[in-house]
Amino acid sequence: MTSSLLSVRDLTVHHGQLCAVRDFSLDVAEGEVVAIIGANGAGKSTLLRTMAGLHSQTSGSIALGGKDLGKLRPDQRLAEGLALVPEGRRLFPSLTVEENLRVGTHRARSGPFDIEKVYETFPWMLERRRQPAALLSGGEQQAVAVGRALVANPRVLLFDELSLGLSPIAAKTIYSILPKLVDGGMTIVIVEQDLGLALQAASRVQCLLEGRVVLEGEASGLDRVAIEAAYFGVGTRAGTSL
Amino acid sequence: MSWVNAIVQGILIGGFYALFACGLSLLFGVMGVINLAHGDLAVIAGYVAVVLVPSTHLSMVWSFVVVVPIFAVGGYILQRTLLQKALDQGAFTTLLVTFGLSVITENALLENFTSNGQSINIGNLIADSWNPNSTVSIAFINVVVLGVAVVVILGLHLFLTRTPTGRLIRAVADDKEAAQLSGANFRHLFGIATAIAMATVALAGIASGMQTEFFPTSGTANLLFAFEAVVIGGIGSLRGTLLGAILLGVAQEIGAQINPSYQILAGHLLFLAILALRPQGLLGVREAI
Repeated sequence: MTSSLLSVRDLTVHHGQLCAVRDFSLDVAEGEVVAIIGANGAGKSTLLRTMAGLHSQTSGSIALGGKDLGKLRPDQRLAEGLALVPEGRRLFPSLTVEENLRVGTHRARSGPFDIEKVYETFPWMLERRRQPAALLSGGEQQAVAVGRALVANPRVLLFDELSLGLSPIAAKTIYSILPKLVDGGMTIVIVEQDLGLALQAASRVQCLLEGRVVLEGEASGLDRVAIEAAYFGVGTRAGTSL
Repeated sequence: MSWVNAIVQGILIGGFYALFACGLSLLFGVMGVINLAHGDLAVIAGYVAVVLVPSTHLSMVWSFVVVVPIFAVGGYILQRTLLQKALDQGAFTTLLVTFGLSVITENALLENFTSNGQSINIGNLIADSWNPNSTVSIAFINVVVLGVAVVVILGLHLFLTRTPTGRLIRAVADDKEAAQLSGANFRHLFGIATAIAMATVALAGIASGMQTEFFPTSGTANLLFAFEAVVIGGIGSLRGTLLGAILLGVAQEIGAQINPSYQILAGHLLFLAILALRPQGLLGVREAI
């Protein structure tokens, strides 16, 4: 494996008494797309939120380009180049589309993306830039949420449940921009419940069950039956890597 | 004609309520903090002016030049230390902490300055007024306070809508977590919001000292009027706060015109009527979801 850009080592995260993520390790090389899949409550969202700095970790380490992020606030992690598009889109409803994007530029690194480039990627946004974000449809909101993360020019983008609550067409549309981002050199980690979308977008897949990695491999090399078994925790027991 | 005077006086007193209430409105809108010490902090501003300004050789009319910066810096520090610690524990804790701050303030002021009233001496300006006819009398100082209130609220509105920092503050108010993910350091932004709120509190405290007088315990009554103004206008809307404050002032003066003992009652009745008929306030937005 080439040297990794994002490196997570033995990460353990608790929600109060509950251990949500246990000894999780992940290496993502520059330009790679990794999907983390798993059923509800497997710890996927907690994992991403911990990487972004919204949750504190119990133990383990998270490093970006060799720099340890463990003690940094979410806004400082963004400035280092780690951006999360949160579950449920989470736009600022009282701000306009353009204001939402402008907030994203606050700690922006230099790079190819700016607000103009986002309008080029999603041409409909230019016309509707003065509308309150609350008036957009789910798919449109997701596009703005992605744009808001892109304008910060992150080195690694974390996507939490991009397709959640979207129509199949809207989900497909939003996933269709991923290859463009990867061509531009972006490194991406996606958390997704929709297996089809995840397998299509990712080069590598990790499957979480009850906070542990139970399956890991190249997206093309994994057998659907094995994934489903790991996903629901049937057949093989947690902890065995296939 | 005395009815006209009642409405005019109501609008003018509303200007003071608006100046008093806008900081309360801002803190609640941005941080979800109901600052029960708001009125007492304004009283402190009055005492700071009375104690500190005479040693600076400034005329008392310019006391705000000294007090407002002190309160802005103090506001930032108060937020980054006490209020943020309370916020981390939950919204209820901020109520307890600001209530405690209020009790401590009142007693400390009583201990050190007795319960005598104090006022900020602005010389002959206090007596200047404009009398368009025999029943209407418009005091210049009250017009100035109304003018300051309008300028402060418009300025705040422009700051929040037109500047990058204002935009970030609105983003944090909408969704704190998402704002953090977009690069906002929310504690710093809360500090800025509190600094602005405390600067307006200082103006309100000085205004009350110039218009009438203040006592160690006068903060609580003003807090109640400010709170009513915010609710009548609509929580989270600064222009609503201005409107609510003026309507509250007019209601009180009309009540007083009917019978002097109805002054406060009329204001409370307007407040209750708004709560019953339009709970989101006149310019407030009904909660989404």
